Amino acid sequence: MSDSERSAGSERDWPLFEVFIRARTGLHHRHCGSLHAADPEMALARARDVYTRRGEGASIWVVASERIFASDPADRDMLFEPAMSKIYRHPSFYDLPDDIENM
Amino acid sequence: MADALTAAYALRLGDDALILSHRLSEWVGHGPELEEDIALANTALDLLGQARLLLSHAGEQEGRGRDEDALAYGRDVLDFSNLLLVEQPNGDFAQTMMRQFLFDAYAVELWPRLSASCDEALAGIAGKAAKEAAYHVEQSAAWVVRMGDGTEESHDRVQAGLDMLWPYAGEMFAADEVEAALADKGIAVAPCELQAPWRARVEPVLDEAGLAPPEGAGTRSGGRQGRHSEHLGHLLAELQFLQRAYPGADW
Repeated sequence: MSDSERSAGSERDWPLFEVFIRARTGLHHRHCGSLHAADPEMALARARDVYTRRGEGASIWVVASERIFASDPADRDMLFEPAMSKIYRHPSFYDLPDDIENM
Repeated sequence: MADALTAAYALRLGDDALILSHRLSEWVGHGPELEEDIALANTALDLLGQARLLLSHAGEQEGRGRDEDALAYGRDVLDFSNLLLVEQPNGDFAQTMMRQFLFDAYAVELWPRLSASCDEALAGIAGKAAKEAAYHVEQSAAWVVRMGDGTEESHDRVQAGLDMLWPYAGEMFAADEVEAALADKGIAVAPCELQAPWRARVEPVLDEAGLAPPEGAGTRSGGRQGRHSEHLGHLLAELQFLQRAYPGADW
């Protein structure tokens, strides 16, 4: 798709937003999906309507998808492979106390 | 304890919610965007929840053994007491949103006042409905402004919706002996009390949207007394089909 085609498409369709929901106080916001909306206010309202219908939410963030700067899948080996051989970075050699939640 | 007036009042409010809920549910699968489709369905479900509670309460107060289903599915047009506004057809999205805004701006003033009702069941229903109405009016007002202040076409469409629906607004504030008697007892909210706060909500939104109510438009009423527009019968034909064809059918 050329840039001109892409911008023509974005005039027809509302921009995409990523939705993050925090289920309860003390947890962090988790990415739960995306939606189309004309602006951030509408995105927030529609996120409420689409993603919190079953009482999932205590807080909502929306972020314009185009503002997310993402890693390139082609860089995967360079970025992530070196960590695979370093098992000592995992906390698996320690016993976790039972009362630690959300680890 | 049966009380015919309270039954009639709860039935009026319940019929408003039931009929408007059904109208909004007609959008399911046809919304202009997937997200709006779901949002309309959410509002319809809020209203359906209100309708169930109100019709159940009406049935108890009536004391003739009719439950919510008997009242929703077993009455004919003349026995429905909803506002004419809520039975008006969806038209386009602009007309639907204008109808919703005019009603939401009334509901959001009604429910908080009714939550102080001497009838504890009504007060409880009203307290729940107040939170729902607060969200509904924010969303419908936002759409009225977006469309009124949007393109020439969206402005013309939402103005046409206002022209068509404005004459039905006055009925929300008219009282007959039912509301008058119950308001004196602290059970109902006197509808006339809601008119000034409703205007104070509606006018700034219409101003911001660049919309103007039609001048010299009359007021159409009669819904509370069972005198309905031609549209309600068609709506009920769909709403009641299953129970009419298979009486007592259950899941």
